[in-house]
Amino acid sequence: MVEAVNDALHVELARDESVLVLGEDVGRSGGVFRATAGLRERFGVDRCVDTPLAEAGILGTAVGLCMAGWRPVTEMQYDAFSYPCLDQLITHVGRYHWRTGGGMEFPLVIRMPYGGGVRAPELHDDSPETYYVHTPGVKVAIPSNPADAKGLLTAAIRDPDPVVVLEPKLIYRSERSDVPEGEHVVPLGKARLAREGDDLTLVAYGAMVPLCERAADVLADEASVEVLDIRTLKPLDEDALLATAAKTGRVVIVQEAPRVAGFGAELAAILAEKAILDLRGPVLRVTGYDVPYPYWKIEDAYMPSVERVVDAARKLLRF
Amino acid sequence: MAHVAQGEPELRRVIDEDREVDGLGDQELLELYRSMVLLRTYDERSVVYHRQGRIGTYAIFWNHEAMQAGAVHALEDDDWIFPSYRESAIGLLRGMPASTILHWWRGHPAGWWNPADYNVASICVPIATQVPHAAGLAWGKKLKGERACALAFFGDGATSEGAFHEGANFAGVFQAPLVLFCNNNGWAISTPVGAQTHAEALVDKAAGYGIPGVRVDGGDVLAVYEATREAIDRAREGGGPTFVEAVSYRAAPHATADDPRAYIDLERVELEKQNECLGRYERYLRRHGVLGDDLDAEIRREAAELMRAGIVEAEAEPDADIALLFENAYANPPASFAHDLAELRRVLGGGLG
Repeated sequence: MVEAVNDALHVELARDESVLVLGEDVGRSGGVFRATAGLRERFGVDRCVDTPLAEAGILGTAVGLCMAGWRPVTEMQYDAFSYPCLDQLITHVGRYHWRTGGGMEFPLVIRMPYGGGVRAPELHDDSPETYYVHTPGVKVAIPSNPADAKGLLTAAIRDPDPVVVLEPKLIYRSERSDVPEGEHVVPLGKARLAREGDDLTLVAYGAMVPLCERAADVLADEASVEVLDIRTLKPLDEDALLATAAKTGRVVIVQEAPRVAGFGAELAAILAEKAILDLRGPVLRVTGYDVPYPYWKIEDAYMPSVERVVDAARKLLRF
Repeated sequence: MAHVAQGEPELRRVIDEDREVDGLGDQELLELYRSMVLLRTYDERSVVYHRQGRIGTYAIFWNHEAMQAGAVHALEDDDWIFPSYRESAIGLLRGMPASTILHWWRGHPAGWWNPADYNVASICVPIATQVPHAAGLAWGKKLKGERACALAFFGDGATSEGAFHEGANFAGVFQAPLVLFCNNNGWAISTPVGAQTHAEALVDKAAGYGIPGVRVDGGDVLAVYEATREAIDRAREGGGPTFVEAVSYRAAPHATADDPRAYIDLERVELEKQNECLGRYERYLRRHGVLGDDLDAEIRREAAELMRAGIVEAEAEPDADIALLFENAYANPPASFAHDLAELRRVLGGGLG
């Protein structure tokens, strides 16, 4: 999957001279996950820039780069290291277009590896999507497979608004599948039906999508399970969410972020507001807990697992 | 590497030394005066408008006009200005209508402007976060091979913020053509500069970024102009950023909502008022035979007229339609906005009433 990210960056930097990449260790080393490998050699030091170690500085200078006519693609090295950039994100990135009365666009991208399950040290495992989704003026996409990783990043780079792309590092190397060559765009705001079914829907994004597919396999003898991959948290494909709820009448939402006020709560609220008569039981959530992301000897207990998803699905099927 | 304290331990001064500045003829000296009068008039009228309930809370910049006009006159029109709220009216010096800025302080969306129309960024309300923007713009212009530079205004308190540090550091590393202009008026609301830093002078920070620093009398418009122009010339020639510390003393409240009597040195304020920057410059111009009574009266009348017209225009602006709530949040808005707006119209009926 990380090769698909790298592919998208190569294609877009070649296509549009105003696209540049900046971040920590993106140039000389090609990124700690190799997402930016080869860019500096191919496009030069001015288009793939190793910056000082300062996330707010990276995003703040990206705002100024937009004003100078660039389309900056910033990399935050890890999910939890992105928090300093929230200052710029909330106070400026999400507001500047509005503040200019629509006069100026800020077509910047913030991409980062995110999420747990990789046996990493503290603060290398967070799922920070809610902070980003909750910021007006900012769009958020999360791919679950290599083709979408390329297509969503491409759409993000071309979008006139600031877009955050969270790349699930749990499946950076494990998810392997064919990726279209050359330019490949997956439009923002379109969910993907990962699997069709009739009795129950598992709604997820990122690394939780392949997990839900495994859970659907386990449940195969008991129920026909649909899996909806949200793909873009904002703008959200509400029609796809409501359509699957209308079809199966049973929805389990799976997210690895802490449960409280997580994105799953937003999805559940939409179902409560707009799908109540379609539902045959409560909307259930399988999530991380309201605790700091644990050290890795016990992280498997924190992360949603096939067992927890199957258990929730069975409860709902029996409701 | 940095000039800092060893190069210029004293404040750079021009007016008190009765020097002249290269490149400033009578015409330029008067333009500078016009700008200062315009800013002063804007500021004094705004305090009145606030008391009359015609604008909202307002951040006063009385006695900061020398720093603002001196710095901006050292720029070319292609150069970008990144103001803090203390420089809210800086757009006046780039031809922005007074009504636009008055709209901003009246909380009306007509107070937004497109920065590219004036090369003036939006007014930055949080502290120091505009510094990395200015560094990014200057660096971005340099990468494109354009000659434009940038100047970021910020106060003494801003130098405590991480955003200042990150912006200054990025500008140094990328040798961005940027002037970091610190208006050190001694106070961040009620906190004195001595409680912001243990450094002897803010300009000493320049050394940490490997960039030149210069310290000027912030009440001396010609010293500010001269120092900023040197910094801009160096930036344009590829010499990277400069830190300019302009030292003054805040002789007015932080804002219309502030009462400084609880914390400020009132005797010092009185001294500062007697030596305020516009009067100092006016006396200099009269001493040098550049300004006389008639011309002064005309310049002040023009400024007053511009403000009168500005407030009339601002107050004549119709209320904003509620559609503006949604219109510019995204360049490419989500479909849900249309539904939200329709619902809001249904509930509100005729409008906000």
